[in-house]
Amino acid sequence: MKILVAVKRVIDYNVQIRVKEDGSGVVTDNVKMSTNPPDDNAIEEAVKIKEAGKAKEIVAITIGEEKAQETVRKALAVGADRGIHVKVDNVIEPLAVSKILKKIVEKENPDLVFMGKQAIDDDCNQTGQMLAALLNWPQATFASKIEVKDNALEVTREIDEGLETIEVNVPAIVTCDLRLNEPRYASLPNIMKAKKKPIEQLNASDLGVDINPRIEQIKVEEPPKRKAGIKVASVEELVQKLKNEAKVI
Amino acid sequence: MSVLLIAEHNNKEVRPFTYNAITAASQINEDLHVLVLGHQADDVAKSLSEVPNVKKVIHVDNKIYENYIAENYTAAIIKHAESYSHIVSSANTFGKNLMPRIAALLDTSQVSDIIKVISEDTFLRPIYAGNAFATVKSNDKKKCVTIRPTSFDPADKSGGSAEITKSDPAEASSSTKFLKKEEVKSDRPELGTARIVISGGRGMQNGENFKLISDIADKLNAAIGASRAAVDAGYITNDHQVGQTGKVVVPDLYIAVGISGAIQHLAGMKESKVIVAINKDGEAPIFSVADYGLEADLFEALPQFLSELNKLNTIQK
Repeated sequence: MKILVAVKRVIDYNVQIRVKEDGSGVVTDNVKMSTNPPDDNAIEEAVKIKEAGKAKEIVAITIGEEKAQETVRKALAVGADRGIHVKVDNVIEPLAVSKILKKIVEKENPDLVFMGKQAIDDDCNQTGQMLAALLNWPQATFASKIEVKDNALEVTREIDEGLETIEVNVPAIVTCDLRLNEPRYASLPNIMKAKKKPIEQLNASDLGVDINPRIEQIKVEEPPKRKAGIKVASVEELVQKLKNEAKVI
Repeated sequence: MSVLLIAEHNNKEVRPFTYNAITAASQINEDLHVLVLGHQADDVAKSLSEVPNVKKVIHVDNKIYENYIAENYTAAIIKHAESYSHIVSSANTFGKNLMPRIAALLDTSQVSDIIKVISEDTFLRPIYAGNAFATVKSNDKKKCVTIRPTSFDPADKSGGSAEITKSDPAEASSSTKFLKKEEVKSDRPELGTARIVISGGRGMQNGENFKLISDIADKLNAAIGASRAAVDAGYITNDHQVGQTGKVVVPDLYIAVGISGAIQHLAGMKESKVIVAINKDGEAPIFSVADYGLEADLFEALPQFLSELNKLNTIQK
């Protein structure tokens, strides 16, 4: 089997987000960037499947500006065999991302496409499902366990009520949840080796897909702040406050 | 044109967030139709027809809609999409799984997880785990929108009498098969709609210690939540996780116990009306959003809390 894994470069999950004063977005200059956390789970799962002898090749792909390549390089250091970087100059919407991925899937013919369930920047949670629709492939979203069978996957999904297990025929799209596995760290020798692995560069404009924005971002603002609370000295005081001041119990 | 809302239900009852989504959907356009895809879900269709905000219920009854197979749902929804300006659903795991599949086939850029309807094409939505709010305008002709249920009050459930029309199923997908659902049954209120939520974090140290939390939850008729760290460590099941990648809750009272307050957790609870934090680390970020902070060892504080609650004559339910 061949697995394509899509990774996205986002502001690191530990960074305190600051909104730009002109309301045009959030500050990204001189801010630490990393791979979107559940995309690390997607790579890890692909590598585990390959280590189990059930996949032959892992291709990591990212779509973004020049520096987005760093995320592909990281995937290569963890175990992907080669990379693809589709260059775009501006931030594009999940619909456009899925159209680009569809072109790549048609060229690469993977059996599986893995990615994180949601990017922690725009919090859209759309790309995997959209790609599945455009390819008319089955989708297994929010995966917390994947079992590879003959020409099918048994996937346990995290849903609001608990867990759901479905079986999808290959080819299929899987979007990964954070509990799917524990992403490994790349070792120094593997980081060095990854520098020699190939990354193919493509321009989104050469792929013949419409990536123009459909959604106008009118403004970005800070959410309303909570007013500072108080510290109570004892459990007794806490219960009295909840009963008589906040009146919630 | 009208709005089409996709109902979430278990074939017997309407799932509660559908009512919150109905409120938002009818703010987009008052001509709101609801699509019920299910298997022998007549009671669901009937309940929804009694919601005053609903103008019409379309009911498709077939075995292939017994479980939520996004592929099967999508095919049926696309059949009806033409007559509607907006397709909407709640932004929980149901709608998140389903809506992008519909949007892509309609060549529409979806607007996810809205918290306010500004006009029929402009919405407010949180980004970066709620650390910024974006006002966005959709320029697509047909709009696909998911609604953060906790940002809207549930719609009235009775007094209406919308017409129910039957419609035919679409083709079923042969490449996806439902195997099983492991639902955690509980007599406690649902996490998403509970008036009081008490959550435990890494500070709980193990799953057995969650008994300290469940004793208080029983007393307060509260739902039990957890931080991602507590779920990852296996103290409690995933359906309890509150946060950016879990559930968003907006209870009247949220009690965070042994939770440091990473931004990813705050994303799921900081809109709660009253927040209590119990943590032995006085510098923990959770105190920055807490109305009442108690710097204490939770293993001493929780039993005391329960005994103080037991002293009260009445407790609001």
